[in-house]
Amino acid sequence: MVLERTSIPLYWRDRGIKYRLLGGECKSCNRRFFPYRKVCPHCGSTDVNKVNLPRRGRVVSFTVVHNAPRGFEYYTPYVIALIELKDGTRLLSQLTDVEPDEVREGMEVEMVIRIHRTCGESWLIAYGYKFRPVLKK
Amino acid sequence: MVYVNGAGFTKIGLLWEYSLEDLAVEAALKALEDSEVKSVDAIVVGNMTSGVMNSQENLGAVIADSLGMAGVPSIKVEAACGSGGAAIMWAAISIMSGLFDSALVIGVEKMTDVTDIPDQTSALATAANARYESSLGASFPSLNALIMREYMKEHGLSEEDFAHLPILMHKNAVDAKHAQLRFRISLEDYLKSPYISEPLRLLDSSPIGDGAAALVISSRRADESVEISGFGAATDVVSICQRDDLTRLRSVELAAKRALKMAHLEIRDIDLVQIHDAFSVMGYLNLEALGLVERGKAHIRVEGGDFNRDGWLPVNPEGGLKARGHPVGATGVYQVAEIYLQLSDRAGRCQVEGAETAIAVNIGGTGSNASVHILRRC
Ligand SMILES: [Zn+2]
Repeated sequence: MVLERTSIPLYWRDRGIKYRLLGGECKSCNRRFFPYRKVCPHCGSTDVNKVNLPRRGRVVSFTVVHNAPRGFEYYTPYVIALIELKDGTRLLSQLTDVEPDEVREGMEVEMVIRIHRTCGESWLIAYGYKFRPVLKK
Repeated sequence: MVYVNGAGFTKIGLLWEYSLEDLAVEAALKALEDSEVKSVDAIVVGNMTSGVMNSQENLGAVIADSLGMAGVPSIKVEAACGSGGAAIMWAAISIMSGLFDSALVIGVEKMTDVTDIPDQTSALATAANARYESSLGASFPSLNALIMREYMKEHGLSEEDFAHLPILMHKNAVDAKHAQLRFRISLEDYLKSPYISEPLRLLDSSPIGDGAAALVISSRRADESVEISGFGAATDVVSICQRDDLTRLRSVELAAKRALKMAHLEIRDIDLVQIHDAFSVMGYLNLEALGLVERGKAHIRVEGGDFNRDGWLPVNPEGGLKARGHPVGATGVYQVAEIYLQLSDRAGRCQVEGAETAIAVNIGGTGSNASVHILRRC
């Protein structure tokens, strides 16, 4: 299989997106989106600013993955969640520091940096965002 | 006008003795044998994963060569699980352009040479966005599971409500000789089947299998020809987190509208339907996008028997993706091949009585690339 991307540039290029939640803010339709791209997915405008999105949000919906793609088998069962950030922008993320049966819709979550996976025989370690429940003080 | 002159397909399943080329050749030779049009000006191959699963790209040339047809222009069309429908459409366009008189369309997928499930899961996840969906560990079923969860919340459905479609599909497939899963399932079987990605179960999901289907299409109307009266295609935003409405298949709505307009038909004129039920929820969303059911009510209509082979409007009389099987890039060609047999009264025990017109919906990804075909008895 040629699926396991082990290239450093591939991860380095997306560092803003994977480590800082770099999103787009469209000056034309005033909507935000994740990840950043030059063309607004909502209206097609190219008048898009870069913006670091808020790191807190809530779980809109989630699923528990039992059959993982290559490179993620070690983590099963894990949770993939649709998250709505404080400003309303939505993204997909794994949840971490929580058992699948503890996850609830509406749960407050915050972004952390975690290992996404270790890539095949190259042992390249890919880091990026995951979300965890907001710790109660 | 464009006509289907012949069709052929292999059985679907774990076909250990067949290579990618073997599958394509068997289907293509059967289609040519079935057709009065015996030579073709072009070949269009629908396939999704030959690169990652079979280490074989340049599939157009590989298959033309395997058929002893080197010299004929041939190309692969890829639109994830919608590759087959896309291949038919672009072949039909090439004939309507007047440049070609005839074409051979082959949908083929050889999935079982990859034997490790994580590798299969990775290969199918290439239908999603590689950088922001699959690279996070989101499998293709997990994206459908999120859509299913949203659909359940919106309409107040239980998991049980999704059982009706797979139960019907399995019942239909018992009569289809080429189907992969020719056995009935019960509500109890459904509720006992394991989660692949909660709330989505094994029995919500189409199986992994090998298969190929082929059509000869041309500008020539011969005996037993069926007319391709209309077609349409559309794309949608790929990442589900960027879609405004997760439980609406805008691509299918658009593609169907375009196809119906081209055929000068309304959806109420259609007698037979093929939907893309890769997962139960996708099947329901297909029915809604075609305007056949109210949003959130598909389960009631399926349970009530409206879409049985002898019902108000037969849907997937051969068992659909769920039970006939879903050899990814071949599926769209199977759908139209099955319709061709139905509209020429050769569908055997799956035959629907008296159908004059039919519609087929084939989608790629979670609805990001759709094509719709409308066929009519000549
Ligand atoms: Zn915009």
